Amino acid sequence: MISQNIHYPSEELLATRDGFGEALVEAGKRNSNVVVLSADLTESTRCNWFKETFPDRFIQVGVSEQNLVTVASGMAAAGKIPIINSYAVFSPGRNWEQIRTTICYNDLPVVIAGHHAGLLTGPDGATHQALEDIALMSVLPNMTVLVPADYVEAKKATLAAIAHPSPVYIRLQRPKTQNFTIPETEFEIGRSHVIRTGNDVTLVSCGPLVYSALEAAEALSLQEISVEVINASSIKPFDLETLLLSVKKTNKVVTLEDHQITGGLGAIVSSLLSEYHPVRVKHIGVQDSFGQSGSADDLYRLYGLDTESIVQKIVGFVQNVRSL
Amino acid sequence: MQLSANRNKIVHSMEDIQHTKDLTQIATHIRIETLKSLVEAGSGHSAGSLGMADIFAVLYFGGVTSYDPQKPLWIERDRVVLSNGHVCPGFYATLALAGYFPVEELSTLRKLGSRLQGHPHRESLPGLETTSGPLGSGLSQACGMAYALTMDQRNQHVFVLMSDGEHQEGNTWEAILFAAKNRLGNVIAIVDRNNIQIDGFTEDVMPLETINEKYDSFHWHVQDVDGHNHEALIDAINQAKSEYQRPSVIVAHTIPGKGVEFMEELPEWHGKTPSIGETVEALHELRSLAGEIEYD
Repeated sequence: MISQNIHYPSEELLATRDGFGEALVEAGKRNSNVVVLSADLTESTRCNWFKETFPDRFIQVGVSEQNLVTVASGMAAAGKIPIINSYAVFSPGRNWEQIRTTICYNDLPVVIAGHHAGLLTGPDGATHQALEDIALMSVLPNMTVLVPADYVEAKKATLAAIAHPSPVYIRLQRPKTQNFTIPETEFEIGRSHVIRTGNDVTLVSCGPLVYSALEAAEALSLQEISVEVINASSIKPFDLETLLLSVKKTNKVVTLEDHQITGGLGAIVSSLLSEYHPVRVKHIGVQDSFGQSGSADDLYRLYGLDTESIVQKIVGFVQNVRSL
Repeated sequence: MQLSANRNKIVHSMEDIQHTKDLTQIATHIRIETLKSLVEAGSGHSAGSLGMADIFAVLYFGGVTSYDPQKPLWIERDRVVLSNGHVCPGFYATLALAGYFPVEELSTLRKLGSRLQGHPHRESLPGLETTSGPLGSGLSQACGMAYALTMDQRNQHVFVLMSDGEHQEGNTWEAILFAAKNRLGNVIAIVDRNNIQIDGFTEDVMPLETINEKYDSFHWHVQDVDGHNHEALIDAINQAKSEYQRPSVIVAHTIPGKGVEFMEELPEWHGKTPSIGETVEALHELRSLAGEIEYD
């Protein structure tokens, strides 16, 4: 059954980037060392709210993502807590080595906000739809990777990231998506949460697709398939304990993400399970391809990430496993 | 000798080591310790380390920077960011002679478990302001530090040591724009203009001339100096410090491999270490320069 700390069905659409932008202002009020850097994408990353509130602590670096991260590294070394902003394809896409060397190897508290992630970015097309950022960041030592599911969780994740003493990557989306967590919903770095209990299959997701996971689970309950849904908003460190507790009950796992399966949530879950509790796993995500222009809804239908496709895939998977 | 007298104490006074002669001796010691550690390591970058020894000597023993080896994170220290991390053998020798760690530790360079990593790792060794080696990102880190110091109304300077070759990196020019925009007068870049890089002469690989005019057109305060002339370097640094509205660059013209004749000006010594026989020959040259027979 759906957790009492989840608001389902959701009654409002809000963007993760808005939750992030509001959290920046809140963090700025709490700590005068918080500084925000933008690479010419201030409004679309919602840094403009921080800029208006704390103009002296906002730094515009222009279109220079390598400079963005290395200036932040220097500021962090001098005691500041920088949050750096661009689209995820550019940061951490273009400046990966600088993140590796000057942020992670130096173990400095810089928050890297990757905006406009995933197919959800829509009409801008494949060049602007980051589908590899989780892989790029998860592989780095000292890096924490957070993928909040909605507006409210994005706020919590942002504040947690800023309070964290080591580097954090936070993945954010452009469009308004279902806002279904509430202030009381648990969030913690290193923890996943079961937001719907079930017995037949464990469905692990992250980001706004977690809501689609809930919708799919509700639909599947009508087909006598009981789905447990896990919100894995902390991709790294990953909460193995919560995963194993669920999988030992269901013995079947489906992963769902708006990202390449290789190096993404699917790969991380499979890697852990193959070592600690091998079971059958189905991956739903982007299968080694680029995105393209189109509305987010159309793209999700085309790439099989809409609720109907998710339901069909899970039905097929469960039947397949049962027939073995 | 002057060196040991200056170990373990804050060097902030021009009186401490004012004499060019002393700086020459110190630079020679830096070169000797560099060569000894390089031959022990069996790999590493010789030419730039030797070529920058005079700059290192001036920065740490010329009375132009404030630092305390006993308190490497002292908040009022001037920052020295080594952007061209591959010349760390020379930089490590300088830090050791300045008192950050025992000179004997220089022989662990590049060995398993050593704090003296093949390229500098900030978390491993006191005295390092950042990790470096991958080129082109030191200047923007220095700019970040300088920006933060300005925000906190601190008046320390951020020195950043750069190679000429790393001006082929886009990140360097992003930082040059950033420093000028923000009028980071507390940034003093010193470019080791030795004209060589791994694949050959810079002007063959990817021409950089005229590097000083490029900086000038980016609204930096620019000085050209002989990178082996201690007095000229000290004057240039003091001149740079008096610039408040613009970042400063000192283009230090150096001879790669300086002090060891068979290495000088040859690109092949960029990333190579001398054999034992070559090291003996090199040390002999350097001994005669210093007028000492301390090392056999």
